[in-house]
Amino acid sequence: MSDTTDTGGPVLAADGTPLKRSLARALRRQKMRALLLIAPLLLFILISFILPVADMLYRSVKNGIVAETLPRTVVAIADWDADSGELPSEAVYAAMAADLKEAAAAKTHTKVGTRLNYENPGISSLFRKTGRKAKKFDIEGVASWKDELIDINKDWGDIDNWRTIQTYSPRVTSGYFLNAVDMRVGTDGAELRPEAERIYMNLLGRTLWMSLAITVCCILLAYPVAWILANLPMRQANILMILVLLPFWTSLLVRTSAWKILLQQQGVINDILVWVGLVDDSARLVIINNQFGTIVAMTHILLPFMILPMYSVMQTIPPSYLRAAKSLGATDWTAFWRVYFPQTVPGIGAGSILVFILAIGYYITPALVGGTKGTFISNQIAFHISSSLNWGLASALGAILLAVVLVLYWAYDKIVGIDNVKLG
Amino acid sequence: MKLAKMFMATSALTLAGNVATAEDMANELTLVSWGGAYQASQVKAYVEPYLEMHPEVKVTWDESSAEAVAKLRAMNEAGNVTWDLVDAVASDSMRLCDEGLAEELNHDEDLAAAPDGTSASDDFGDLLVSDCFVPQIVYSTTFGYRKDLVGDTKPDSVCAIFDLDTWPGKRALQKRPIDNVEWALYCDGVAKDEIYDVLGEDGGMERALAKLDTIKDQVVWWTAGAETPQLLADGEVVFGSTFNGRLFSAIAEQNQPIEMLWDMQSFDLDGWVVPAGLPADRKARVMDFLKFATDTQRLADQAAYISYGPARASSAPLVGKHAELGIDMAPHMPTDPANSGNVHVYDYEWWADNRDDLNAKFEAWLAK
Repeated sequence: MSDTTDTGGPVLAADGTPLKRSLARALRRQKMRALLLIAPLLLFILISFILPVADMLYRSVKNGIVAETLPRTVVAIADWDADSGELPSEAVYAAMAADLKEAAAAKTHTKVGTRLNYENPGISSLFRKTGRKAKKFDIEGVASWKDELIDINKDWGDIDNWRTIQTYSPRVTSGYFLNAVDMRVGTDGAELRPEAERIYMNLLGRTLWMSLAITVCCILLAYPVAWILANLPMRQANILMILVLLPFWTSLLVRTSAWKILLQQQGVINDILVWVGLVDDSARLVIINNQFGTIVAMTHILLPFMILPMYSVMQTIPPSYLRAAKSLGATDWTAFWRVYFPQTVPGIGAGSILVFILAIGYYITPALVGGTKGTFISNQIAFHISSSLNWGLASALGAILLAVVLVLYWAYDKIVGIDNVKLG
Repeated sequence: MKLAKMFMATSALTLAGNVATAEDMANELTLVSWGGAYQASQVKAYVEPYLEMHPEVKVTWDESSAEAVAKLRAMNEAGNVTWDLVDAVASDSMRLCDEGLAEELNHDEDLAAAPDGTSASDDFGDLLVSDCFVPQIVYSTTFGYRKDLVGDTKPDSVCAIFDLDTWPGKRALQKRPIDNVEWALYCDGVAKDEIYDVLGEDGGMERALAKLDTIKDQVVWWTAGAETPQLLADGEVVFGSTFNGRLFSAIAEQNQPIEMLWDMQSFDLDGWVVPAGLPADRKARVMDFLKFATDTQRLADQAAYISYGPARASSAPLVGKHAELGIDMAPHMPTDPANSGNVHVYDYEWWADNRDDLNAKFEAWLAK
């Protein structure tokens, strides 16, 4: 140690290399080892989470199918002016006939029809019907494919259908995102859909405010419960804790169905109210299949996610702080509000984030108890994934939902500070 | 006895030279169906008999028919189709066919002829709505009502749903435009064969929704077929639409005070779909099973367990009694002449084209 200090040069390690470099090397080795240790997990997350999510999100703009299935038409139609009021030229029709013949042989014509049908209802059957005859097309032998195709199906003479094909021929489209915000590609750029077809923005707003209402309900209900749990002697606290956890061990569907039995008009709660005489038999309360039903059932289902972080934070608050506050002359309320409550904020924050983010993506419970006005945007996403097969629209909606959550998270970090969140 | 049967079955196979031999066939069979009473009827009517003939085969069930289209698409993209035979409703089978996810079949070659020699395509007739589809049953979406809650006048028309003066109370309807808008237009005075023309016109959907608006406050919207029988049994609704088999089991098996309202029942089909691109050995097994499971006797047998009509014309005369209750099944079939006096025939092609568009309008209307 002392033999290197008097040289005045860089500090050297025992083997003569500068200490700085030797230290960096050791650190690098350590980092490599750590990286190797977490590599399996990192790879797992990359392959099973990040890549699929990225792939799903990419679908919201992906539109290669038109150019791949109808390559000649896409080229031929590029310089057609849709606003001219005239049908595309003979060359476009001939290109379409050749493309259709190939597509029908490969059985891909129906796929492209389905894709275009999202934007223009009816175009799917146009492709399906024409495709049946397309396998026998004699490309060279027909003088005018324009007349021939229009003869096979008069919808080939509809400018709107050609406009749709032209609009959606690029490999990347904003169509799904426009659809997800209740807009569409009109004759002069993007425009709002007619009022009767706007659903998603409305649903997104509803999803957000109802998730917020559920979060607030959870805070109000969970706070006293967590406080009791934290302040009871261990034995009683454990028994109560089991009651909190019990719903976790019950199937989600069972819990949701139980709420149906309780809340419906011929259900337990209405029966009791009628029996007590608070409600007339002919005017039973409607407390399910609406927003109220969704908020009640989801508050119940998500409550443990609020209680647990609150409880673990409250447990760490020494009771002596409250006693000290009181001995210094604070009233019960002041001691609670100025001394106890601020220390529980990290627990509330953690619980709120958990509950809010879980609530925003829920769809089973809203579908069962939400009726028409208590369903979420995730119900529409589920519909487009599993029922209408419009995965592009579903992933556009999902991307918007993801963006909203990230923005809210960022806002939360700015206002409350994410460092103040504690799970225990 | 059983051995002898087996021996005969194998020798029959060897004799028939062009039939694939047992060695060429995979011995695992993954069937996808709906679960519940319907899947049970399939097990009893054709899976168990088939396994008796082929004890080497192992059948695995997957109760995923409700998400069949989405899951098949995902499997296909991943390049690993694990299903061998999928039970799907007709409209889903058409979509699978359009997407190239289902195998196109040659019905006359791949399916058994009727006992009298009628070819399979004639025996199934119009019910072969898609090249990829082998229908098993005809079911209908129709209404049931609470006998004790409708008062003295029994409803006999579907338009009772829209008549709140005579029959007040809640109604359960499926949360989708299909069927509901057709019933609405019919009860708004549109002739049955003009329903889709009107619906396709500008303002047609708006007209249907305006009719539905008259009862909107009184509607409970359902998504799962089991909800309506439950809502009816609880007295939560007076009328409710659902699949006729669900109502049958509420009425006949659970003795609920419910009665069928068959008027304007909406016929639909359910059947098998073979996923596209199966390896040869698995496909051979599937086709062997499919031929057996959709023959005349097997389809008739299925009707002993559930009140859905067999899809083959030749099966109808063979429909017998309920396997456990011993009641005659024929009067409970949607296809029985007494029930099918006035039926609504659902237009698959039209809905395939317009479904997304009308669904958006319907959802927007619901949310209003």
